[in-house]
Amino acid sequence: MKYKILVINDPKELMFGIAPNPVKTRRGLEIGGGQVYAELNFTLPVMSINNSTLAQVYTHYREIAEGALEHALHMNSKGIVLEFETLLEMTKTPSIGVEIVKIMNGVCENYYQKHGLSSEIRLTPNDLREFERPARQRSSQHLEPMMELFEQGMIAGGDLLSIESTGGKEVSDEALMMCDVKGMVFALAVLGVRDMHFLWEKIVGLANKHGKIAAGDSACGFANTAMVLAEKKYIPKIFATIVRVISVVRSIVAMEEGAIGPDKDCGYEGPFLKAITGIPISMEGKTAACAHLSPLGNIASACADLWSNESVQNIKLLSGMAPTAYLEQLEYDARLMNAALHAGKVHSHILQQLLVASDIYTDPQALILSPENVIRISGELVKGDSYVANAKNGALAALDIIEEALLSGKMKLPELETGYLPILRDDLNSIPDNESEFIAMMLPLLDETKFTLAEYGL
Amino acid sequence: MEDLLVKLLEAVEFGKVDKKSPYPPQLRDMDGAHELTISAIEAGIKPQIILEEALIPAMSKVGKKFAECKIFVPQMLMSARAMGASMFQLKPFFASGAIKTKGTFIIGTVKGDLHDIGKNLVSMMVEGGGWSIVDLGVDVGSDKFVEALKNNPGAVVGLSALLTTTMVNMGEIVSTIRVHAPETKILIGGAPVTAEFCQNIGADFYAPDPQKAVEYMNLLAS
Repeated sequence: MKYKILVINDPKELMFGIAPNPVKTRRGLEIGGGQVYAELNFTLPVMSINNSTLAQVYTHYREIAEGALEHALHMNSKGIVLEFETLLEMTKTPSIGVEIVKIMNGVCENYYQKHGLSSEIRLTPNDLREFERPARQRSSQHLEPMMELFEQGMIAGGDLLSIESTGGKEVSDEALMMCDVKGMVFALAVLGVRDMHFLWEKIVGLANKHGKIAAGDSACGFANTAMVLAEKKYIPKIFATIVRVISVVRSIVAMEEGAIGPDKDCGYEGPFLKAITGIPISMEGKTAACAHLSPLGNIASACADLWSNESVQNIKLLSGMAPTAYLEQLEYDARLMNAALHAGKVHSHILQQLLVASDIYTDPQALILSPENVIRISGELVKGDSYVANAKNGALAALDIIEEALLSGKMKLPELETGYLPILRDDLNSIPDNESEFIAMMLPLLDETKFTLAEYGL
Repeated sequence: MEDLLVKLLEAVEFGKVDKKSPYPPQLRDMDGAHELTISAIEAGIKPQIILEEALIPAMSKVGKKFAECKIFVPQMLMSARAMGASMFQLKPFFASGAIKTKGTFIIGTVKGDLHDIGKNLVSMMVEGGGWSIVDLGVDVGSDKFVEALKNNPGAVVGLSALLTTTMVNMGEIVSTIRVHAPETKILIGGAPVTAEFCQNIGADFYAPDPQKAVEYMNLLAS
């Protein structure tokens, strides 16, 4: 791994709105440059996407962008990011996705020219390679439309480039359900890392060619899936916590390849990436309850630079359309954090402490997101000589932190949960630091019909 | 003989696949579902009895514990694996007709959708309830469901979707199935799906969780 030391060593420096390496955008946002912005994410209501509904689809996105920007203007917003996370049809047929970017960029430009309101579009195509089982990560014909949407979409005005790539998911899906931590390390620190190198070299190359911003790649299909499964009580929260930490070594590869942030919202691995690399991050918490429940509504914002809602359907609420309503909620949260920042370090730390204190001991997934614990775990995530060793060390540090919180009596978990602590620790300790040895250990245990090693360069 | 069935029920309930399996710790070095099923067959216990008095009750207990949040999915999956080890021994008796399942369940994630964790859970639980499973996988269109119904007349169909833009495909699949096999019972599930949506598209049952799917299926079989 490229990173050997932390850019942020002091928990007090891991603060919302401030990143050591802020990102400046075309229309004047400075993400991580001293203030928090809202990042609004949205999707269509229940409807089909086909030739006969395309005009309706375009209208939805135009109305979402106009509604959000008009309300942002009304609220004296300092700027917002619109995340366009495409639906499958929009990546399969890139012209649809590109047209939507054009429409929304037109709206953004109009508000910028007329009112000076800064806004940018984060373009997040789908990873279509999942459609093939086993996936052909490197030779799939699905790569072509994905890359076409990235390139044409950025030309059309999608300035921040992201994806939730799925390399390793063939292994992680089963590993998640079996609480198989070795399987998750293999999926994320071996397969995921290799696929991230392959994919992000291409994305960064395109971004540099067109002067755009390669932002980041969250482990949504891995760690967020784990969190949602834990919320449903399908898997232990402790396991979901460990998966989140392991996912850092996979997501950081985007930065190693040249991505500069802001990292994507549903990656709660963002705080670790910020500590290690200094990039700004997007986070989601209480205002993402429209998309999924979570145990970390407040603490998630402790070091956020963009504050997101994950996704909301464009449906009518009593107040107005849902994306506009969520923009207001995000904006108020951002406004509060910005007021604290402008009042000085003492005030911003008090607000951060309250955000942390209100969640920290309610769930292990929240526990690891306190700035102190982020720094402690991040130190472990960079000290090894391989991604596998770093994943293992980070996960063991997270287990230590959980056990300390339990021993101190500050956090309480049922026996059904705590019974997994020794199992996970034993499993992690059985992982060799050397990647080749780990691969040799794992291959006999895995169903090799489900993934193709050559597609990961193995 | 009864003792064997009790032990087999316990092995499946707690996920003891075979003797060398380290899980669960309290059954370490004891016979698992694999060995106990062989012993039961050798002892002359009818395969149908093995199924109905050990395997199905064991999975029923597992489903109940899961529904009451007393176990997590991994424990349930271990039980399913133990049941699978037992079913492998019983396979010849299914082929010969000596054992009858409750019916066939055709399941798939609908076209345009690749999410399969929920589908797999339902599939496993229904199988544990004594049904044969035809899993069509993900991104499945109406043609594949119709074809599977032709090969498995009278089967119950389960449709899964996780996206608001793919759940609409359930409607088209239900309509097509109604044309080719109007009497087919169809249940649907997935995060954005509701009972109202189920009614609107003409499906028969909305399963908010895997256990509810099993309960509905058992009602159909009763």
